[in-house]
Amino acid sequence: MNIEKYNKVANSHQPQKHILNHTLMAFFSGGIIGIIGELILCFYQYIFDISLKEATPLMIITMVLIASILTGLGIYDRLGAKCGAGTFIPITGFANAMTSSAMEGKSEGLVTGIGANIFKLGGCVIMFGIVSSFILGGIRYIIGYFW
Amino acid sequence: MNFLLAFVFCGFVCALGQLIYEYTKWTPGHITSLFVVIGSFLDLFHIYDQLVKIFRAGALLPITSFGHSLMHGALAATEKFGIFGLSMGMFDLTAAGISSAILFAFLVAVLVKPKS
Repeated sequence: MNIEKYNKVANSHQPQKHILNHTLMAFFSGGIIGIIGELILCFYQYIFDISLKEATPLMIITMVLIASILTGLGIYDRLGAKCGAGTFIPITGFANAMTSSAMEGKSEGLVTGIGANIFKLGGCVIMFGIVSSFILGGIRYIIGYFW
Repeated sequence: MNFLLAFVFCGFVCALGQLIYEYTKWTPGHITSLFVVIGSFLDLFHIYDQLVKIFRAGALLPITSFGHSLMHGALAATEKFGIFGLSMGMFDLTAAGISSAILFAFLVAVLVKPKS
């Protein structure tokens, strides 16, 4: 069998892509997470009578707590298989990455297992966030200095 | 109205991430890293602050807001401490998210028995 024919056969057996379906699924699941966040934000603003800036950390802590518990129960991973980017782009996906890698390392003990593995998946987000903020913040500071 | 705006913006960012996921061979780790960098870039001229004002939770929940608040805290501290404020104020606004994520991840990992 020559290479051309092989490529043809191999391509015809690749899994079919449902790009439109997956994108719509991600849109709706992400939107629903947004609505839940807005509900919690409105609830805290109404109960404690505080501004948006003060209510933001409370809302984020609540969402992270919900995501961690759902990951512990195994529900979040099942949702993630269906919704794709709708579950890993919001901050709940960050909590899910941390919790699942911590649970994965549990069998190796408290220090070398949970402690060492907890940032395995979520660490790249923190590292890139800090490095890019340092570089862009430095640029912004220098621009502001001369302006 | 606030709910509709939050739905549309959060969904739009997630759909964008899904499109990148479909058309390239990147893993979710690559895509979240890219979105964090985009978020801190959008804060360079305070564009993201306007988005937060309009879309509220819709702009606060996607991971782009993580980069935005890292950058925002760092810039706010440079006004007080000069160039060293970049590292002193970096975690001012994101501390709640990161520390609670670490705490809850630890508690869940200790308490829950993994099924597989």
